[in-house]
Amino acid sequence: MTTTQAHPIEYLLRMDRMPHIWCPGCGIGVTVNCFARALQDSKADLDKTVIVSGIGCTGRVAGYLKLDSFHTTHGRAIPFATGLKLANPELNVVVYSGDGDLTAIGGNHFIHAARRNIDMLVICVNNFTYGMTGGQLTPTTPYSAVASTAPYGSFEKTFSLPFLADSCGAVYVARWTTFHVRQLARCMAEAFTKRGFRFIEIISPCPTLYQRRNKLGDGLSFMKYLKESSECKDGADTRAVALDFQGKIIVGKFVDRDQPTWLDDMNRRYREKLGDKYEEYKGIK
Amino acid sequence: MTDKPVSVKRARGKVHILDDRCKGCAFCVEFCPVKALALSLEFNKKGYHPPQAVKPDACTNCNLCFMYCPEFAIWSTKIGDKE
Ligand code: SF4
Ligand code: SF4
Repeated sequence: MTTTQAHPIEYLLRMDRMPHIWCPGCGIGVTVNCFARALQDSKADLDKTVIVSGIGCTGRVAGYLKLDSFHTTHGRAIPFATGLKLANPELNVVVYSGDGDLTAIGGNHFIHAARRNIDMLVICVNNFTYGMTGGQLTPTTPYSAVASTAPYGSFEKTFSLPFLADSCGAVYVARWTTFHVRQLARCMAEAFTKRGFRFIEIISPCPTLYQRRNKLGDGLSFMKYLKESSECKDGADTRAVALDFQGKIIVGKFVDRDQPTWLDDMNRRYREKLGDKYEEYKGIK
Repeated sequence: MTDKPVSVKRARGKVHILDDRCKGCAFCVEFCPVKALALSLEFNKKGYHPPQAVKPDACTNCNLCFMYCPEFAIWSTKIGDKE
């Protein structure tokens, strides 16, 4: 069946860069639909929305979205985004990257941006592996899962990303999967409207590198697993949402609280100390 | 209460498919709530079997197929919308 109409999110994509590089059955494209839908539904100001990615398969997202986008070096999306936000606090800064980029190479930045409550939304597509660089182990690769650098199965303890984000001070923490498209789009739209360090984890299939080594079938098989094994528990204690190899996945919004951002605190502190001499910082003029 | 028959209104949609973008993941086929789609026997120019609307009248314009498609290849519009 052919059509003469334009795809509903095409105007938000850089069509000159299509087709994208993602494998058949990869979940990253699904998350992009949800993100685009969230931009539409929340009527986000596209001129003030910027997207920053690191390196990796998910790192390509910034380059495919027709927003002000920045494709940074490996692991450095968050410090880059921090600079953007502090130089121009009016921007809505979104970091969109993968588990390897954000929580291994960029793990330190993740921890401190959450601790400081830097005002940004971090979206992490977690497919349990480094895709683009060849299927290596990441901090989220489940115990016993095989990776190119763990041929006998991983024996490392894993990061549970919602717990990590929560314990470091993130003000909004949610987890969905690529099966939960409507919930994910709603969650992203809600997260756009909040202030502070917000974190959304999305569990997503990587048939080519994660699943093939673990004999988990194709993208569709993984989507069915996500459907069958997920349980929604809004407000769940993030200590109880760790993931096991092919085990149950607790999804939902776990944390939603209000805390002053790093800039709020800076302005308050300087005002306290310097009184009227201090002119509130509102960005680089 | 009246004896008049009530007509139940149901949203109807038209599915649009860009065959040559498809890479055959079949997410849309699996998750269409009314099973309106099936993979075609034909090949597209990349060598994949794109979906086709086998029950076009069943489409409710929910646009889940659009949300699930990683290739930006399928969506629906409300019937009545201009082509
Ligand atoms: S390697 Fe994995 S994550 Fe990367 S595009 Fe392919 S399926 Fe997606
Ligand atoms: S819009 Fe909904 S009902 Fe129509 S084909 Fe797509 S998934 Fe099926």
